[in-house]
Amino acid sequence: MTALETDFKPFKTRVEDALANRTLKVAIERTTGTARLKRAAAVSTWPNFAGARDLGRRIKDHVTSNLDHYLIEFERNAIASGAKVHWASTAEEACEIVVDICKAANAKSVTRSKSMLGEEIGLPLALEKAGITRVETDLAEHIVQLAGDKPSHIIWPALHRTREEVAELFRKHHHTPQNSDEIPAMVRSARRQLREAFLRADVGISGANFLIADSGAVCTVTNEGNAELTTTIPRVHIVTAGIEKLVPSLRHAMVLLRLLVRSATGADFTQYTTFHCGPKRPGDADGPEEFHIVLVDNGRTHMLGGDLNDMLRCLRCGACMNHCVVYRQIGGHAYGGTYPGPMGSVLTPELDGLAGSRDLVHACTLNGNCQQVCPVDIPLPTLLRGWREKSWNEGLEPRSVRRALWFWAFAARHPFLYRMATAVAVRVLRLFGEAGWVRSMPMAKGWTSHRDFPKPASRTFMEQYRAAQRRARK
Amino acid sequence: MSLSPSSQMGFSGRPRVGLFVTCLVDLIRPRIGFAALALLEQAGCDVVVPEAQTCCGQPAFNSGASDHARALAKNLIKAFELFDYIVVPSGSCAGMIKLHYKELFKSEPAWRDRAIALAGRTYELLSFLTDVRSYTPAGVSLKAVATYHDSCSGLRELGIEKQPRQLLSNVQGLSLKPLAGHDVCCGFGGTFCVKYPSISNAIVEEKARDIESTGAELLLGGDLGCLMNMAGKLHRNGSKVRAYHAAEVIAGMADGPALGEETSF
Ligand code: SF4
Repeated sequence: MTALETDFKPFKTRVEDALANRTLKVAIERTTGTARLKRAAAVSTWPNFAGARDLGRRIKDHVTSNLDHYLIEFERNAIASGAKVHWASTAEEACEIVVDICKAANAKSVTRSKSMLGEEIGLPLALEKAGITRVETDLAEHIVQLAGDKPSHIIWPALHRTREEVAELFRKHHHTPQNSDEIPAMVRSARRQLREAFLRADVGISGANFLIADSGAVCTVTNEGNAELTTTIPRVHIVTAGIEKLVPSLRHAMVLLRLLVRSATGADFTQYTTFHCGPKRPGDADGPEEFHIVLVDNGRTHMLGGDLNDMLRCLRCGACMNHCVVYRQIGGHAYGGTYPGPMGSVLTPELDGLAGSRDLVHACTLNGNCQQVCPVDIPLPTLLRGWREKSWNEGLEPRSVRRALWFWAFAARHPFLYRMATAVAVRVLRLFGEAGWVRSMPMAKGWTSHRDFPKPASRTFMEQYRAAQRRARK
Repeated sequence: MSLSPSSQMGFSGRPRVGLFVTCLVDLIRPRIGFAALALLEQAGCDVVVPEAQTCCGQPAFNSGASDHARALAKNLIKAFELFDYIVVPSGSCAGMIKLHYKELFKSEPAWRDRAIALAGRTYELLSFLTDVRSYTPAGVSLKAVATYHDSCSGLRELGIEKQPRQLLSNVQGLSLKPLAGHDVCCGFGGTFCVKYPSISNAIVEEKARDIESTGAELLLGGDLGCLMNMAGKLHRNGSKVRAYHAAEVIAGMADGPALGEETSF
């Protein structure tokens, strides 16, 4: 089943599907397990990781609180370098701008290098609707495209596909299918396939990891070099970037780049780190004739200064999902939004509305590991709790939950009543237990369907303590 | 109203400690409360268990029900603010009081001040014993092989990791085996475990495997909620591993029934 089919099922069904899929679990653990180990090693050998993390946080916060200044500076410098800068306040606007540029360039085929923003604004679908052939050039995105999937991780979009499944896909879709399941052979096959697309493309579309204000340059990082071929060969290069990607200068970008790469993969640096600055100049060996930058808001200015302001620091490194016990069990597609994992559970209600993503903000143990590994210290648990509060205040919580909490809170505010209620409760609970454990209990299936519940002592602590005090007084 | 701690300390030389046993200990496993009581007394404290204590409000807070959480927080602040210290045998409830009460009262400055004053005197039991009272267990022995799970709130919100191990290292005959993923959530998460039972189950299933593969006979921890989750899973799987709160072991009470073993006490 592809991700597109799972989309329309309710969260709990998606979760059950994911949990029942053992290959998925193996695939997730292979990739995220390695990522966790490598990140831990990278961080432990970084003499002042805490200092760098703090600096990264301050750089991002500085930019967010002076966003207007840096946006204008970036636009001025980008235009001076020969780029055309476009502003899009919504996802639809952004897609329209990209499609219009493609049409003006008479583009039949476009190549795209991996961009989560492109996914966020629905660019693949918009291009398809406009009748423009899109070729994903990132190896994992290529797999996702062949399978008719959606990315399930922001760094490894095809993490949910095992090597065997990929071999099968390649056999089916590549001109010169490889019979081998060996990774080098599969990579060669993909390379042959993609080479043609690179050379044929009229337009290349990429994302951005950083927008550098003082030069108007756009920085992309990849490990495959596909972004370079996507952005230098075609006549036209379009960058779509969220406005939170701004940094004041190259120096600042470098600080964040180290944080990003080490948190994402544990490597010291990416294989390819490219700065795109303007179109091809006279005398340049290569480069696009036209260079467009589409600056996308899509809700970001709404987050500015509000409860989700901290989220604008996000570098999209994926560390939070690699370390999330929930993500590791259910994988990315079960989340249903563009972004999975903890950062996705914070962003999806903002992008797609809280009513439809209520489950995401609750399906979290609030254990805090995500914030601990986040390279820019985003308080993800606090932000999720903020959504829960909103959901409660807007009356989105189920009646049963509201009622149960109301009773509990009412009793807990009245200690005398509470003492009586708890004394009764333990006695009732004990009726369901045998040999120390409660194996099944009505109204507590959530617990007892999977685990036993320890039978309580015959009297509450408070009862026993009071009795002991009375005895002592005698 | 004066918010300063009571002056009892000057009088007896012993700090006056308010013990907040937590709602789960009160309901499910009173032994942990009595272990805490005994340990605090051995550590030279005068211990009071205020009658007015109920629940810290964390389930409401984590459900987004801030009004309910505030009401419960006020109840707890009133019950405990006159003690020199408030001590809690749970990192998660201690973290709630220490870190989150002040967030709850963002727009009630008077209560916010009281919450902050209380937060400064609130401690999780095991770290209070080591860090504030420099307590070392003496004459306690238990011949057993155990492993220790660090509950998330204690570990990440309060930085508790060394303290329980330090205390347990003074229990004679007890050896601690390292637990792979000792710092990884067990899948309890308060109401999470009943709201999303199958995710919670998948998480605790892995945890149970990790615990089993240590070969330890005992599972120890500092939070009853997580212990109930892990012990409940282990028992359902037919495991022989028995679970205790670390305080029970340190107080020399681990000769009694483990969590889920038939008890009237
Ligand atoms: S929230 Fe933090 S850890 Fe998660 S993707 Fe963003 S920067 Fe990385």
